[in-house]
Amino acid sequence: MKLTLGVVLTVLVAIVAFAWFNIQSQSRSLLAEVERHASQLSEAVKADTESDMLRNDRERIHESIRRIGQQDSIDRIRILNKSGEIIYSSEESDIGRMVDKDAEACYRCHSEGAPLEHLVSEDRTRVFQPQPDSARLLGIINPIYNAPSCWSAACHAHPEDQTVLGVLDVTIPLTDVDRNIRRSQMAAVILAVSVIAVLSLIVGLMVRWWIDRPVQELVTATRNVAGGNLAYRLEVKRDDELGALASSFNNMTDKLAQARMQLFQSDKLASLGRLAAGVAHEINNPLTAVLTYSSYLLKRSQGKPETQKDLQVIVNETIRCREIVKNLLDFARQTVPKKRKADVNEIIGRAAKVIENQLALGRVKLAMELDPALPNVTVDANQIQQVFINLMVNASDAIGEGEGTIKVSSKTIRVSPAGVLQIKNAVCRKRHELVDRKFEVEGKPAVTMRFRQKEQTGLIHLDPIYGSQQHQLDGMPPIDQGVELQCPECSTSLMAEGESCPRCGAPIYAFEVPLKGLVQGCLKPGCGWHRWEQVDSKWNDEFVEVRVEDDGCGIPKTQIPHLFEPFATTKGPKGTGLGLAVTWGIIDNHNGTITVESEVGVGTTFIVRIPVES
Amino acid sequence: MSTLRDILVVEDEPMVTQAVVLVCGGEGMTVTAVESASEALRCLHDQRFRLVLCDIMMQGLDGFQFLEQLASNGIQVPVVMMTGYSTVENAVRSLSAGAVDYLPKPFTADELLTVVHRALRSSALLEAADSASLEREGSMPFVPCPDHYLRLGCVSWALMEDEGTARIGVSDLFLKAAEGIEALELAEPGEDLLQGIPCAVATSPDGSRHGIMCPMSGKILEINEDVKVRPSLVEKDPYFKGWLYRILPSDPQSNLQWLSL
Repeated sequence: MKLTLGVVLTVLVAIVAFAWFNIQSQSRSLLAEVERHASQLSEAVKADTESDMLRNDRERIHESIRRIGQQDSIDRIRILNKSGEIIYSSEESDIGRMVDKDAEACYRCHSEGAPLEHLVSEDRTRVFQPQPDSARLLGIINPIYNAPSCWSAACHAHPEDQTVLGVLDVTIPLTDVDRNIRRSQMAAVILAVSVIAVLSLIVGLMVRWWIDRPVQELVTATRNVAGGNLAYRLEVKRDDELGALASSFNNMTDKLAQARMQLFQSDKLASLGRLAAGVAHEINNPLTAVLTYSSYLLKRSQGKPETQKDLQVIVNETIRCREIVKNLLDFARQTVPKKRKADVNEIIGRAAKVIENQLALGRVKLAMELDPALPNVTVDANQIQQVFINLMVNASDAIGEGEGTIKVSSKTIRVSPAGVLQIKNAVCRKRHELVDRKFEVEGKPAVTMRFRQKEQTGLIHLDPIYGSQQHQLDGMPPIDQGVELQCPECSTSLMAEGESCPRCGAPIYAFEVPLKGLVQGCLKPGCGWHRWEQVDSKWNDEFVEVRVEDDGCGIPKTQIPHLFEPFATTKGPKGTGLGLAVTWGIIDNHNGTITVESEVGVGTTFIVRIPVES
Repeated sequence: MSTLRDILVVEDEPMVTQAVVLVCGGEGMTVTAVESASEALRCLHDQRFRLVLCDIMMQGLDGFQFLEQLASNGIQVPVVMMTGYSTVENAVRSLSAGAVDYLPKPFTADELLTVVHRALRSSALLEAADSASLEREGSMPFVPCPDHYLRLGCVSWALMEDEGTARIGVSDLFLKAAEGIEALELAEPGEDLLQGIPCAVATSPDGSRHGIMCPMSGKILEINEDVKVRPSLVEKDPYFKGWLYRILPSDPQSNLQWLSL
């Protein structure tokens, strides 16, 4: 709305300014025309009356002036003598009247002390309104200078030393001119109003279609997210800034959902910790009474095997309770991990040893696929061992009574620096610069190439942010195997010969970043595969990834979101519901991540990632 | 000052008090029970006790404040700390604050009696040692820790070695109070020990089992094989040949605050 208003106001100001200048110049030229006409008239009168003047034939002069003054286009004609007396006039009543020096007809010359004797043409004219409600008039003064013929005339009316003998004053009504100006003003106003009406309609519609709707959708989405619905997604239908905004909004919501999940989980673990501590304290006192009384009775019941057997049950079960409470306390404590450099493979090996016996009973095979070149990570080895034990025990439980395999594999993975690193220089094989400052993608100079596919050629601009996919491939047909990308300067091929995208199989391009190695990428929209070996390998975000896979019963989709919550057991009475919550807490404490992939009836894979510090 | 009684139980949970009265009373010990630390302080003012069993988490003064009050009032009595919130920190803090022993709840009658007997004997031994040093004659009833040995209460010791490793063992007072050891259960090399958690269990001739609280956290590098074969070596030479483990300390800095020279 504001935008529409702003546009309309700007246009309004522009039109008003334009109309104003237009009318100004129009009225100026009309006035000039009238002025010229008046001046000519004045000269004509002067010439017409000159001979009569010289003959001093006042009656004829009078007659001439009256006759000329009768014309419609003339208001009146007056001749004043030097002392300001109206000698002749087209209005009979004027004759003989004295005109004041300050009157509109006189002040041009008489405004500054000594009267001026010569006036330039534009100073001789004046526009005035005798009464506020009457039409405007244009007056022109024509001074009558002394000439030899005047003082040598027979009448000897004028002495020789007089310069100006009197003035001829002609006034012309501006009624027509004013009417014309008013008409132009009206036309300008009508034009302005109609242009504004049409323009606001068009701008309003455009704003509504291109801005209002998507913004409204964004507002709805924002409200949804604010209301806690982090699963809300915007449909990204467009390629423009608002489309980018929508997709980055979706991205933000994803991140937010993850963060909330983490926070929720940490918070839940923390409150569970406090609860466990409270419960432990409360429960241990009554347990003390039960355990001491029962064990005391057990001691004293020697010789009564029946009683002793029963008491032994009570003692044993109470001791079991004690262990459960102790575990709960251990869980609640979750102290800061005591981290040291450790070999994850070794930890996996120890964990495997611990559960080996359990596995043998269940006929479960344990297959290891450990990467011997795994870098050491800084972890609390005990806690991480606990994690692997938990995961392997879970895997074994998932396999159940039958036969099955647990596969534990470790490897190093690197999370690419996608979306962060900007390619500032890129060259073809002949060292021609490909980063063209003339073209920008997202405000950064793009990597520009020429494409050639089936006789079609054109320029494309690749997003210079490594891993980002905001390429401008306008005008490029859908990719096929025959596509060729070239250096715009020397037409050297920029295709990676004989290689294809490992993700989608499409042809890939390759260019060199001076001193930083080869960058390869797939152009296919939606694929987004990228490789920049030298950067990928140096990048800090390196993780040790351990996958614990089983071919057991799998986890239903509905249970996966609650898997890491305390007391959410899938094992029924067999589980405490704390194993995965503890596991999650430990991995979280190590700034790692744990995720799960599962399919019912096929198996489950837990993926643990622990960061390798540089 | 009237007659000497055996045990003062400071505990705000009546069931626990009753259990202690039942078990210790059954052994012929005289037991007095109070519900708060301030009551216990008044009681100790009027009456002498051989041992105090004190809960850590109590209304008003807690167990640690009670220990401080005892020290500032100059009341000398051995204290065993009990708690239902048995964390490692509570254990080491109790011992370093001057408690002779630590008993996590819930406990069996045997565990209670083992700790009570051991504490009573160690307080008797300490008393005997005091009088022996006063008389400047007669032999010490136990061998105190040598200089430079870091002690966790009166239970165990750790000796820092030049290579950054540490040797750990049991104090003679603990062994004497346990009345000797017949068998010794040790951990395995490579295992991680945690300060305040028992790192070995000694069985005395009467069959009672004594957990030896570990003085320092770390990974076991080596076990004293001689001691494994001949547990009596620990009794004979607890500070030198009778060491238990050589460890690589994992967190010596924070462990040190609970240890005394």
